[in-house]
Amino acid sequence: MTATHSLAAEALTLGYGDRTVIDELDLVVPPGRITAIVGANACGKSTLLRSMSRLLAPRGGQVLLDGKAVHRLPAKELARTLGLLPQSPIAPEGITVADLVGRGRHPHQGVFTRWRREDDEAVAAALEATQTTTLADRPVDELSGGQRQRVWIAMALAQQTDLLLLDEPTTFLDVAHQVEVLDLLTDLNRARGTTVVMVLHDLNMAARYADHLVALAAGRVHAAGTPEDVLTEDHVRAVFGLDSRVIVDPTSERPLMLPIGRHHMAAAAPRDVVRQVG
Amino acid sequence: MTTAPSVPAPDAAVARRPGSVRLLWLLVVVAALVALMAASVVVGSRDVGWSDVVAALGGSSDTIGQAAATKRIPRTLLAVVVGAALGLSGAVMQGVTRNPLADPGVLGINMGASLAVVVGIAWFGLFSATAIVWTAIVGAAGAAVFVYAVGSLGRGGATPLKLALAGTATSAALVSFITAIALPRGDIAESVQSWEIGGVGGATFDAIGTVLPFLLVGFAVSLLSARSLNSLALGDELAAGLGERVVLARGTAALGSVLLCGAATAVAGPIGFVGLVVPHLCRLLVGVDHRWLLPFSAIAGGCLLTASDIVGRIVARPSELDVGIVTALIGAPFFISIVRRQKVREL
Repeated sequence: MTATHSLAAEALTLGYGDRTVIDELDLVVPPGRITAIVGANACGKSTLLRSMSRLLAPRGGQVLLDGKAVHRLPAKELARTLGLLPQSPIAPEGITVADLVGRGRHPHQGVFTRWRREDDEAVAAALEATQTTTLADRPVDELSGGQRQRVWIAMALAQQTDLLLLDEPTTFLDVAHQVEVLDLLTDLNRARGTTVVMVLHDLNMAARYADHLVALAAGRVHAAGTPEDVLTEDHVRAVFGLDSRVIVDPTSERPLMLPIGRHHMAAAAPRDVVRQVG
Repeated sequence: MTTAPSVPAPDAAVARRPGSVRLLWLLVVVAALVALMAASVVVGSRDVGWSDVVAALGGSSDTIGQAAATKRIPRTLLAVVVGAALGLSGAVMQGVTRNPLADPGVLGINMGASLAVVVGIAWFGLFSATAIVWTAIVGAAGAAVFVYAVGSLGRGGATPLKLALAGTATSAALVSFITAIALPRGDIAESVQSWEIGGVGGATFDAIGTVLPFLLVGFAVSLLSARSLNSLALGDELAAGLGERVVLARGTAALGSVLLCGAATAVAGPIGFVGLVVPHLCRLLVGVDHRWLLPFSAIAGGCLLTASDIVGRIVARPSELDVGIVTALIGAPFFISIVRRQKVREL
C-alpha cells in the first residue's frame, strides 16, 4: 500500500445548470500527504471533490489520476484506487456495522464472485483501525455521531484504496470527536501512506492536520501550500472577507487563526490602545 | 457516549455475518412453502384425499376428487410463481427507489399493465397469450416511468410519500380508464372484471408456460442486481464512489422488477400488497443485505400468495374469494402501519 498515485486537476471547469462553480482550476494533490481544501460557503469545495471522484463530469479540462482522465477510467478500477466518503451517506435502517463496512468491498467483487477470506480480513482490519471491532454486530442507527463517522471511515478503509477523499468528515461532530476522526485519518496516512484529500470547514483544524492546504475563492485556487503559507491574515481577508489575527498554535506550532468580529476588537486594536488599557 | 476500548487483533470471523441464522430461516420458509403447496392441492370447497392427489399427479381425473386436484395443481404452481414474482419485484422496487412504500400495486405499475391489456383486448383484438404478456410488460414499464417522473417533481426528488401519492393517484386514474373502456363492452366486461380483481383460479399449465420465460428472465435480472442494490442503498454518491454505475444499475434492476410484475399481472391480474408486505417481513428475518433479502422475498411471496389463495377458498365456502381481495385485506392495514411509523424515510 505504499504505491503513490498522482491526482491532479487541469484547467478544470465545473458547474450546475448555467452556473459555473469552478473555473479553469489547476491543482496538484501531493501523493502520500494530507491535503485539506478550505474556502467560504458555496465556493465549490464539495463540487471540486465530487468531480475528483468522477461524480460530476467536467465542463472543461480534466481530472487526472496517474495521468489518465478519471472520467474515462472503468468505474470499478477507479474505485479500487480512489475512495470517497460523501458528506451525508445513507445507512439503511437496521444495517449492522459489519455489514455496512463489508459493502466497502464492492469494487473488489464481481457479480458472481463470492465473499472471500481476503474480504473478511479487509473488513476486520478496517474495524480494528477505526476501533469499531466491538461494535461489529450493533445496528448503525444505535451509534453516536462519532461512532457512526468512524464506521463510515471503516467502510472507506475496507475499500483499500491508496487515495481517500472525504467531504467534511467532521460536520455535526463535537470538538472531541472532530479531533478523534482527524487523528484517525492522520494514523492512516502515517501507517499506510494513504493520500488523504478532505474538505474542511474549520480553518484551524485544517491547518493543524493538513500537510498541504488549498484555499478556494471565486472558483479558483487562491492559495496552495503549507499551512504557514496559506493561513495568513491576508489570505483569510481575501478568501473569507474577514479580518483576523494569525498566531502560532503553542501546541502544534501550526498557524492558528483568530477571527475578529465587530464587537471584540481589544486584542486586534492598535498597540497604543492596548498599552493604555494595560 | 462510549468510545470503544482498543481490543486485540480480531479474528477475521468476527466480521462474518450470522449466516447460520439466515440459513435456518431459509429452511423454515422453504418448508412452509412446501407445506402450503400441499395444503393448496388438498384444501378447497371440496377437500381431496391424498390418494386422489397422487392419482391426479399421475394424470388421472376419473373421480371428482382427482378432477379437483387436477385443477388445483396448476393453480398452486401459478400462485407460487406469481407470488414469488410479486414479492421479489417489490423488494427490488424498494431497493431501487430507496422507498419503503414501493410496491407494484402502490406505485400503480400493476394497473399500468392492466390498462395496456384491457386496451389491447378492447381495441386491438388481443387474444394470443404471449401478446398479452408483452402488452402487460410494456404497460407496466410505461406506468413505472410515469409515476417515477411525477414523484420526482419538485423539491427533494422522489421521496417515499410523494412516490406513493403519485402511484396511488395514477392507479386510481388508470382504474377509471379501465372501467370506462370495459363497461360499455358487454362482451369483455365480465372477463375484464374478474381478471382485474386478480386471481389464480383459472390457472392452466398453458398459461404458466406462456408467462414462465418472462418470469425467469425477470428473476435472473433481479437476483443478479442484489449487490448493486446493496451499494445503491448507501446513497447514489457513495454507490458511485464504490464503482457502481448508478444509472445503469438502477435501470437494470428496475427492468427486472417491471418484467416480473408485468408478467405476473398478465397472467393473474393486478394483485396488490404482496410486493409491499413480503420484503418488510423478510427484512425482519434476514436483515437488509439484498443478497439474502431478494431470494427470501421470492420464496416468502410464494408462501403469502399460496396461503391467501387457500384462505380465499375456505372463508367463502362453497364459493371462493379472489386472491387479490385476500391480499388487499391483509396488506391494507400493513400499509397504514408503515405510513404511520415515525421513520418513513429512505431505506
